[in-house]
Amino acid sequence: MMEKMIFGRFLPGNSPVHRLDPRSKLLFVFAFIIIVFLANNTVTYAMLLAFTLLIVFVSRIRLYFLINGLKPVLFLMAFTFLLHIFMTREGALVLDWKYIKIYEEGIRQGIFISVRFLVLVFMTSILTLTTSPISITDGIEVLLNPLKALKVPVHELALMMSISLRFIPTLMDETDKIMKAQMARGSDLSSGPLTDRIKAVVPLLVPLFVSAFKRAEDLATAMEVRGYRGGEGRTRYRKLKWDMGDTFALVLLVAIAVLLFFYRT
Amino acid sequence: MDIKLQQVSYAYAQGTPFEKRALFDVDFEIPSHTYQAIIGHTGSGKSTILQHFNALLRPTSGEVHIGDRIVVAGKKAKDLKAVRQKVGIVFQFPEHQLFEETVLKDIMFGPMNFGVSEQEAEARAKELVDLVGLPENILEKSPFDLSGGQMRRVAIAGVLAMEPEVIVLDEPTAGLDPRGQKEIMDMFYNLYQERGLTTILVTHSMEDAARYADNIVIMHEGKNVLSGTPQEIFKDVETLKNFRLEPPRIVRFQQKIEQMMKKPLQKVCLTEEELASEVARMLREERAES
Repeated sequence: MMEKMIFGRFLPGNSPVHRLDPRSKLLFVFAFIIIVFLANNTVTYAMLLAFTLLIVFVSRIRLYFLINGLKPVLFLMAFTFLLHIFMTREGALVLDWKYIKIYEEGIRQGIFISVRFLVLVFMTSILTLTTSPISITDGIEVLLNPLKALKVPVHELALMMSISLRFIPTLMDETDKIMKAQMARGSDLSSGPLTDRIKAVVPLLVPLFVSAFKRAEDLATAMEVRGYRGGEGRTRYRKLKWDMGDTFALVLLVAIAVLLFFYRT
Repeated sequence: MDIKLQQVSYAYAQGTPFEKRALFDVDFEIPSHTYQAIIGHTGSGKSTILQHFNALLRPTSGEVHIGDRIVVAGKKAKDLKAVRQKVGIVFQFPEHQLFEETVLKDIMFGPMNFGVSEQEAEARAKELVDLVGLPENILEKSPFDLSGGQMRRVAIAGVLAMEPEVIVLDEPTAGLDPRGQKEIMDMFYNLYQERGLTTILVTHSMEDAARYADNIVIMHEGKNVLSGTPQEIFKDVETLKNFRLEPPRIVRFQQKIEQMMKKPLQKVCLTEEELASEVARMLREERAES
């Protein structure tokens, strides 16, 4: 069940996208999310789509993973698509059947919004699929560094993030184990009336919380024993390195932004 | 109740790029009222196999017969509750499954899920705390106030309270002190001898397998590769080493003695007592000859 979760998974590889510095990738994706909203006609949306597919190709990620990442937002995509189709009343009438009236502009807007979703999900998925969670938090820590001047605990936030990412699979395994142990004792999570099913969650949650707290305590002790004292004066084992490729990626992004800006109406 | 595995294969995350096969055509049978040990190196598929014994996992191909229930690959199996009542599993570190406010309620959780009345479940709990070697006043305490060893015993009582016909033990003594280990293993052995409770011990402790089991199955890389009585299994030390298993200490000790005496003993001894009397007998014979 849980082993099928693809979203947020990291696939090690050695494509040009994998080799990029996490800082440039984060900046790239963040800026891209904003640039997507520049597109507003067929030409610009086609450019966005082509650009995204180009990056998919360069990253050498199998389409399977990206389409899987799309699944959680599929409902939202379909919903907005239908909303646009039925609610937009512009352009030529395409279909007129009883109460249903579909206009050309509605179809166009529906497709645009779906492409926008697709492009956004693909790009963010590529970020998480090609960058290890540790690199992402490293990148975020460095990028947020200026906020230290405002007394934001940047190092602590990054640490919290990497610890929670690190423990997601552990807690998933734990849930699976406890669930099986309780199922072996006759607890039934998947059938029966709703009230029974809600009650059946208690034997799952209590042990899970107990073990999560225990783990947190053990981890805190282990860190203290090894002399962890927070971010002050701490050096890094993994040095981030900004390459030509990183500069190139950002230049490419600026180029796309400029193109979109010229072709939008 | 017999358990029979026929050509059972299992793959985790089947149908995704993360697919990982854990079992390959596993084939063996566990007759009623026997004490069966399943041993194997880490990653040999032991833990995957044991989850098939009460249909927590369903094979990706092959069949599992649990009594008269047959779980077939690819078919939806309904109402597995009856099977789960008959086959109790004590998982590794079972103390992690405790959740109730009191020990009593936690032990009653299993039987009550299977429709046993409250009075009956309470009676079973009272009987079982004694059996697993805990004082009766522990029943009203919170399981989270107990020591690790006591929690383990409560969890075991919780599984036994279902009154299963088959009990599956996955490393039941991992992390306990030597005395606690022996107490728990002896307790299960008594249940097997007195009540004929079919017992399946999944372990990598050769010592426990040698001491308690009637029959041993060896798992290696997802296949059952060897099966036989402890004497048969531990006779051939070289084959065991191929499966990355060390024979029990007592068997290795016997080999040393045989080297010293330059003469093999008549049988493979599985306990200290057996070896001592065997050596004594041989010395007596030698003296009589000379």
